[in-house]
Amino acid sequence: MIFKVLYAVFMFGGMFFFGVGTLGLIRMPDTFSRAHSAAKCDTLGAALCMMGLVLMDGLSFKDTKFLLVIAFIWLTNPTATHLIARSIYKNTSKGVNE
Amino acid sequence: MNLIHIPIYFLVFTIVVCMIRAVIGPSNADRLIAMNVIGTKIIVLISLISIVFDKQYYEDVVIVYALISYLATVIISRYVDEKKEGVQ
Repeated sequence: MIFKVLYAVFMFGGMFFFGVGTLGLIRMPDTFSRAHSAAKCDTLGAALCMMGLVLMDGLSFKDTKFLLVIAFIWLTNPTATHLIARSIYKNTSKGVNE
Repeated sequence: MNLIHIPIYFLVFTIVVCMIRAVIGPSNADRLIAMNVIGTKIIVLISLISIVFDKQYYEDVVIVYALISYLATVIISRYVDEKKEGVQ
């Protein structure tokens, strides 16, 4: 029962961050702002959802892959967002994109 | 409706909203950001589906999809960068 409650809490947090990130992605006026809100959606939303799936039916050995995916997402998604923002910055500073 | 079906419907809805941004995005970087977010959401979606269908080997699919999504994002961002520099 306690694992069900933990799953619901973590999954609600992840869905909240996914919803807020998507709202920022569709409503923000600038490309940098969209990259900012998309980074929230990537790191915290996905990590909270995966942690909710780990805690869903108790801790067992098969949850190791989900923890591995969380570690990989936390390594790679800020790097990808940084590369996208770097390409946007290099393009807008030369006056191409605007 | 089970407790695990609600996040699946919500994720499908937000993926559709991200596809709107990927279609109407003014620049190529907006489309790239939207595709990155869609890749992350599909990672979570495959994890949920592996719980629903009770298939253990879908978790390997999640790991491989995370690797390929990161690689595609890095390569396309490099392509966008160098293409605009070539125009200059």
